[in-house]
Amino acid sequence: MNTFLSYKELTNSIKQKKISFKEYYETLQQKIISNDKEINSFITVNEKVLDQASEADIRIANGTNRLLEGMPLAVKDNIAVYDMKLTCGSKMLENFTPPYQATVIDRLQNAGIIFTGKTNMDEFAMGSTTETSHFGVTKNPVNHNFVPGGSSGGSAAAVAAGFSPAALGSDTGGSVRQPASFCGIVGYKPTYGLLSRYGLTAFGSSLDQIGTLSLNCEDAALLTASMLGLDSKDSTSSSIVPENFYNFQSITIKGKKFGIIAETMSEHTDPQVKSIINAKIKEIEKHGGIAEVVSIPELEYGVSIYYIIAPAEASSNLSRFDGIRYGLQNNTDKNIDVKTLVTKTRTEGFGSEVKRRIITGNFVLSSGYYDAYYKKAQKARILLSDKFKSLFNTYDFLITPTSPVLPFKLGENIDDPLKLYTADLCTIPVNLSGLPAISIPAGVSKEGLPVGMQIIAPSFKDGKLLGIGEYILREVK
Amino acid sequence: MNKPYPIIGLEVHVQLKTKTKAFCRCENKYGGIPNSRVCPVCMGMPGMLPVLNESVLNDAIVAGLAFGSQIASITKFDRKNYSYPDLPKGYQISQYDKPICSGGFIEIEDDNGTLKHINITRIHIEEDAGKLIHLEDGTNNSYVDYNRCGAPLLETVSEPDIRSSDEAVKYLKSLKEIFEYIEISDCNMEEGSLRCDANISMMIPLSDGTEINTPISEVKNINSFSNVKKAIEYEIIRQVEEYHKTKEVNNGKNKITRGFDDSKGITVFQRSKEGESDYRYFPEPDLPHLEITEELINKSKLRLPELPQNKRNRLENQYGITQYDATTLSADKKLSDYFEKCCKYTTNYKKVANFILTDICSILNTENISIIDFSVSAEDIAQLVNLLSDGTISSWIAKSVFEKMRLTNKNPLSIVEEESLLQLNNDDELDTIVIKVLSENQKSVEDYKNGKDNALKYLMGQVMKQSKGKANPVKTTEMLIERLK
Repeated sequence: MNTFLSYKELTNSIKQKKISFKEYYETLQQKIISNDKEINSFITVNEKVLDQASEADIRIANGTNRLLEGMPLAVKDNIAVYDMKLTCGSKMLENFTPPYQATVIDRLQNAGIIFTGKTNMDEFAMGSTTETSHFGVTKNPVNHNFVPGGSSGGSAAAVAAGFSPAALGSDTGGSVRQPASFCGIVGYKPTYGLLSRYGLTAFGSSLDQIGTLSLNCEDAALLTASMLGLDSKDSTSSSIVPENFYNFQSITIKGKKFGIIAETMSEHTDPQVKSIINAKIKEIEKHGGIAEVVSIPELEYGVSIYYIIAPAEASSNLSRFDGIRYGLQNNTDKNIDVKTLVTKTRTEGFGSEVKRRIITGNFVLSSGYYDAYYKKAQKARILLSDKFKSLFNTYDFLITPTSPVLPFKLGENIDDPLKLYTADLCTIPVNLSGLPAISIPAGVSKEGLPVGMQIIAPSFKDGKLLGIGEYILREVK
Repeated sequence: MNKPYPIIGLEVHVQLKTKTKAFCRCENKYGGIPNSRVCPVCMGMPGMLPVLNESVLNDAIVAGLAFGSQIASITKFDRKNYSYPDLPKGYQISQYDKPICSGGFIEIEDDNGTLKHINITRIHIEEDAGKLIHLEDGTNNSYVDYNRCGAPLLETVSEPDIRSSDEAVKYLKSLKEIFEYIEISDCNMEEGSLRCDANISMMIPLSDGTEINTPISEVKNINSFSNVKKAIEYEIIRQVEEYHKTKEVNNGKNKITRGFDDSKGITVFQRSKEGESDYRYFPEPDLPHLEITEELINKSKLRLPELPQNKRNRLENQYGITQYDATTLSADKKLSDYFEKCCKYTTNYKKVANFILTDICSILNTENISIIDFSVSAEDIAQLVNLLSDGTISSWIAKSVFEKMRLTNKNPLSIVEEESLLQLNNDDELDTIVIKVLSENQKSVEDYKNGKDNALKYLMGQVMKQSKGKANPVKTTEMLIERLK
């Protein structure tokens, strides 16, 4: 059985009684058992998935089915789900099961979603290769010698491998879009505040958004429509509901203005990536879209701003992991004092990338350096956001490659953090500005590696963004 | 040459008595089984987010209004990062550069009796930490109770305007009074709902006419007003001695932290500024900036009661009681409310004030209860005072009637009627008793005639005894003197 079914296709197969949920989930389970040893996309699989599939079959039979009844969804392991471990890819939380679950999980559960399991990720979402996980590396299903991207690499790989039609990820600087690009699927990061962060383990709180990885934009819209909306448990969540979430039929590309950000198509961008994106832009123009090159000189500071603000927030967010209340506790010595216990626990529990960012964050916030780093970065962040805002006075959408480089080989860059950080050039400014963006497949390199195109929209134009993404996927080949 | 004098600023933490904690919906209450009032949010579990309790914001605005502070139109929260086992998130949500209230003052009398303003720098909102518990259980373990963790605090920081230990205590008493008046905190130092840190340095005049300032000591966690006084007085002596030994002056970098040792009544060195943690403040990304509207401020103004200073003046003017009585009554809002309630049923204001401040207060003190828990109604007290004033009962009888009122909760008039305790004013009846007493106490009569004034008191007591306390004391005295002539 083909497991690469979108939600709509799966729903149709169920309605036409070609297949039952029970049979479908048995197939998924078999596929995961036989293939995920190699890919390693899941940290935890839902053991009750077949019982839940049978319940979905009953609901279909008696007509009590809900909007997303029986639809499978894999969940990045930094989002809390009842009765499932929340490891965040870290030894620190290897055995932590939360007594709560995320608001988005609540809402999806009420819509009938079945959670297939928790996916692998860079430790605490810090990384862009899924190689920093305590639970081993995840391989790119397209080519097993390559990384799936990160930090939501497990989610992207699960979808690309046909283990699940969709997955949730989280995106702080590109962690949904970049792995989607590397694995040849759709990744969507909503406007900051559109989805509640309650139950999402914080990395950079002012940047984090839960996002979706899926086979098409329609599924991203279906999932998001069930998750969005004000949450009294998250003061940064918004009550604004973007228009046109479902109304994809009426969307056309004709007359839409696209700004191509010059700084992301420079001499530093891989030539293959550039030519694939340029070819796609040509196609968009053929379909009546208007493309113009725009310049955002402030963009070159994006990576620097991000690698001050994100580690600053992270250093504070991660200080709660001290081994006292929950999670790993290194107390081998019975007479250990508190300070030693905390030090030993954190030394053992965190990997080197996490430690690197905690140290960076504490440095940029420390007295004497605050003004030079954090404060300056905040100011530059506002300038960058303003620049995006002003460009949207002229353009409907902005376009960049999702990643300026092709997917990395496993182990290629894991010891070169700076090289990895600069590869976030295209995705980071979107988080700094709180904007919505998608990565959609644009083509493949000579080696057969996927290349993704990023489309950015104004705040809360998520419906239009997903609509235009779906249009390009279907019509602009 | 002038004497050395202290420069003192106080930081006071007051715990708000909101129903729930500052950023989660756990019950906000003192004590309880350890760790029974906690949730994933106040325990800092991964993915949990703070949501500001609106009552905390409203209380902070009311406090600002009470002290005459400027209420910020935009306020925000910041994270104060430090690591301690009683702080689950590894940071405290506080306010750094945009506190909710700035400015304001508290008026006190200085040591010469002149009115003076102690200016307030700022009042800001923050959350409390848990509590470390060291049990003598032989295990050498420490335990943590997180029940208090996340409880809302208001920190009031004064300018260094205080010049003596007595001024410091007056400032604190007045601050406590105001917080109690606006009913946002219990201000109970024993339970830790009012905590005080003092910043103290000395100005020492030199022979050349200049003066130097000694390094500032921040004395932490002083747990009573009398200890604030002790800590300051100790520092005054210590810092002057220290200066004469070391000649070290305040250079803006040599502030030290000291702790107050309750048992010895001294302050003890804890750390120098280098040893202090760098709090790495930055804006709390989980809480958006708050806009405080005029509308909200106006709404809070309606909650603002008459403040102690105003009440003091009004009680004095409206009821004609002494300044001392007005001050003592208004120091406790509930006591002064009780007084005013009594005044609805009597016009003997001075006598009511006197009765409350002596008879009732002594009971409150002995039983260690508040006027709220006092069983006799204001109406009955007023009636008792009226009975006493119009001569219906004697002051002697009044005491026993009061005693019975507390026991039976009956009103004074019915007690007097039931037990026929009406004052004996009838001349004939009184005269009969006086004659009887004089004839039965010849020795005392002799003594009186020999100039022993105490004898009169004894005879008076005998008349009271025979009349079962009902004799009108003024009349009795007159009649005794007349008969003894």
